[in-house]
Amino acid sequence: MVQPRDAAQAAKPVERSVPRADAAASMRFRRAVVDRAMQGVLGLAAASSIAVTLGIVYILISESVPFFRAVGLKTFLTDTMWTPQFAVPRYGIVPLLMGTLVTTMVALAVALPAGSIIAIWLSEFAPARLRETVKPVLELLAAVPTVVYGYFALLFVTPLLQRLWPDLPTFNMLGAGLVMGIMIIPYVSSLSEDAMRAVPMLLREGSFAVGGNKIVTATRVVFPAALSGIAAAYVLGISRAVGETMIVAVAAGQQPLILDPARPLDAMNPGQPGATITAFIVSVSLGDVQHGEIGYQAIFAAGLTLFVATLGFNVAGYLLRKRFRQAY
Amino acid sequence: MVTAGLGTMDRPGAEQVEVREAALREAWSAWPGVASGRHVPPPIKADVRSLSFWYGKVQAVKNVSIPIADRRVTALIGPSGCGKTTLLRCFNRMHDLYRNTRYEGQIVLHPSGTDIIDRGVNPIEMRMRIGMVFQKPNPFPKSIFENVAFGLRMKGFRGRSEIADRVEAAIRAAALWDEVSDRLRKPAYDLSGGQQQRLCIARALATEPEMVLFDEPTSALDPVATARIEELVQSLKERVTVLIVTHNMQQAGRVSDFTAFMYLGEMVEFDRTEKVFQNPGKQLTEQYISGRFG
Amino acid sequence: MTSIERVIRFRRYQDIGFQVLGASLTVIALLVLGALVLDLAKTGLGRLSWSFLASFPSRKAEQAGIASAIVGSFYVMVVTAFTAIPLGVAAGVYLEEYSRRNWFTAVIEINIANLAGVPSIVYGLMALSLFVYTFGLGESILAGGLTLALLILPIVIVATREALRSIPQHIREAAYAMGATRWQVVRYHLLPYSTGGIATGVIIALSRAIGETAPLITIGALTFIAFLPPTPFSPRPEEDGGGLYGPFEWLDSGFTVLPIQMFNWVSRPGDAFLANAAAAGIVLIVATLGLNALAIVVRNRMRRRIRW
Repeated sequence: MVQPRDAAQAAKPVERSVPRADAAASMRFRRAVVDRAMQGVLGLAAASSIAVTLGIVYILISESVPFFRAVGLKTFLTDTMWTPQFAVPRYGIVPLLMGTLVTTMVALAVALPAGSIIAIWLSEFAPARLRETVKPVLELLAAVPTVVYGYFALLFVTPLLQRLWPDLPTFNMLGAGLVMGIMIIPYVSSLSEDAMRAVPMLLREGSFAVGGNKIVTATRVVFPAALSGIAAAYVLGISRAVGETMIVAVAAGQQPLILDPARPLDAMNPGQPGATITAFIVSVSLGDVQHGEIGYQAIFAAGLTLFVATLGFNVAGYLLRKRFRQAY
Repeated sequence: MVTAGLGTMDRPGAEQVEVREAALREAWSAWPGVASGRHVPPPIKADVRSLSFWYGKVQAVKNVSIPIADRRVTALIGPSGCGKTTLLRCFNRMHDLYRNTRYEGQIVLHPSGTDIIDRGVNPIEMRMRIGMVFQKPNPFPKSIFENVAFGLRMKGFRGRSEIADRVEAAIRAAALWDEVSDRLRKPAYDLSGGQQQRLCIARALATEPEMVLFDEPTSALDPVATARIEELVQSLKERVTVLIVTHNMQQAGRVSDFTAFMYLGEMVEFDRTEKVFQNPGKQLTEQYISGRFG
Repeated sequence: MTSIERVIRFRRYQDIGFQVLGASLTVIALLVLGALVLDLAKTGLGRLSWSFLASFPSRKAEQAGIASAIVGSFYVMVVTAFTAIPLGVAAGVYLEEYSRRNWFTAVIEINIANLAGVPSIVYGLMALSLFVYTFGLGESILAGGLTLALLILPIVIVATREALRSIPQHIREAAYAMGATRWQVVRYHLLPYSTGGIATGVIIALSRAIGETAPLITIGALTFIAFLPPTPFSPRPEEDGGGLYGPFEWLDSGFTVLPIQMFNWVSRPGDAFLANAAAAGIVLIVATLGLNALAIVVRNRMRRRIRW
């Protein structure tokens, strides 16, 4: 867009000088200055979002560099024990990653199928009025504070599960993961539903015209056509699950998994307590860790791992969403 | 209508008037047919000289020259996509709002002699001097009064009573006063489509522009509302120069004094309206007028 | 029955089957929400009383209350709102109305999309290092409020952009055609017309912030606070120098917030503390769901008020 030039120049072609022109020119000059100044201020605000990211990256890296110097990147990635509080501390991230993986899988096992089915139902089956009522109510699921969900997982869902499975410990990844899945449903269903409703009616008519019924049309025509939007919803759901903190901190216990090299699959059992990366950071923060000691640096190393893990999902989600927006 | 205001700031001295009259005579001399015989040519308000316009690589206006007569109605007609709206939007530099657009040539605004599309000319100043009425009525979601007052405030008017007087004058000039005088503080969106469009005309008139651009102002309106707008456009020429784009040829015939017929970005024919409609000089014009294409 | 009839019948049952599946899953999801609320109510409603709202936390569960948590949440929200709203709206306006489509805006857009997905606890880590230690703000209301402000900044930016995008282009053109500068178009037209959309987004963002726990735990917000931040212009105790508190001294105060108080009680053994946790949960959920309901009301009213 062509910028308004400064007003002195702008006023030049105007006839010299009936006195009122001066007032008008000075007003135009003031307006041009204000316009320019506001552009600068707003631009700075937009750039501040970059500063936040740079700040996060810089701090995570700079605070964890001493940690990696002391522990070593290879040990961090390959050691199978995370025991910072022991006399001989071990710092292998794998148990925390496993904890994150297990709770995430449980959550996704709930959220992806349920979210997709609800999205298809809302988009293709439910009457418009019902949809407009149900959608915001469903989105309240994502609005409940996570600490309340943690309470719910620990004191409602787990006791319920214990009736089916009496051996289940009080703190377990299953209950936490299930509740996390419920929380994520609206993230998956709302964005998927938006994507499916953006599919042109013409495509559906094509399917109905050859005798397709609603569900066949929905799954064979609409769903594939909206795939990149739906994939974005899934990816963002995953990112949420990986980064979720309070539910697992409250309900899944805060001890890292103990990996038995002889029976590696045992770690995948959700019916046991386990700490995720996020829960570990919380448990350290609650304790009395001094600025600058290795325990303090360890949470930044864990945070860096978390940031890197979600960065990929977030960017992929953004690109997929952009693609589906462009398609229609 | 109140006449004091910033519109007077371009009043030239006597010496300059002489120079300009010579320029006007010269400008009309390029159109001997239009200005000849018993038709005394009016002064020229704006002179489009070899204007070309590009959207990116697409040239939408090709080397167009048209004189716009002072306080007359000039109509731009032609099939859709012929560049008439694009040409109209050059007059208040609306294209500057979008990227990848390029002008070439001149639009000289008399009597100040400002070249509207000169890069050194502030588009904002041009928009204050040249009003615009759009295809679809687009009042602001504010009150009727505020819609009209906005341009006045933009121009720096501050006094409450002065603004109120000018708002009333503009609404009267748009033949809307009797219908809205008792509900000036009500939202503009409560008005009917035709009333909204007259409100947009009042909005454009309030700042006493030198010229008003109409971009198919009746295309979204019913026939009764259309008739009122046409009547209004004709009455406006007492005070202001009007340039109107329309794809309705009867409308061009009814409201305008001069007509330019455009086709594929080029100006095919420009003449007095009755000449264009009764005795067009070009075959293409004749075909279009008689409805054989477009 | 011919085979075609059989196919048609099968298809119809298929559709009906999916209707049942989809509707029941939706109902189940909503039932879970209902169960959560009822469970909280069952455990916590008995504890909810005026004295619970007005008391400080205590080692004796029966005497404990959430006064300092409510006041702390309020003050933190004030800092968050005053930081995130101007910054987020300004950034949204710039991106939607000023920026050209070039690599720099592309970077900013990816960046905002990523920020919206960064786990909240990572914001807490950044704030711990930057606000608490580097800027020396300590475990203060100011540090907490700024942390949450950065966390909700992307939500405010995205809401602002969507609200602006819903304003038809012909309104902008009408304003520009009157000779308005870009800032005047923003100031006198676009911002007033998008207030409803922006307000909706801001309310949702604040409801998210009010329930956030993890980043505030990370920066070291305390769980046991038996005092209130100094109210502006209230008398300062004699042993502390006397006179009146300044208007902004509360910013430096230590604090706790509702979700941290609840977390603290959940982690303690004993039914009495769990009842306290549930009661705090009720207050928290009333606040967040209330804000969300308010957002829906604002959005619907705005939709009705402005027709293009």
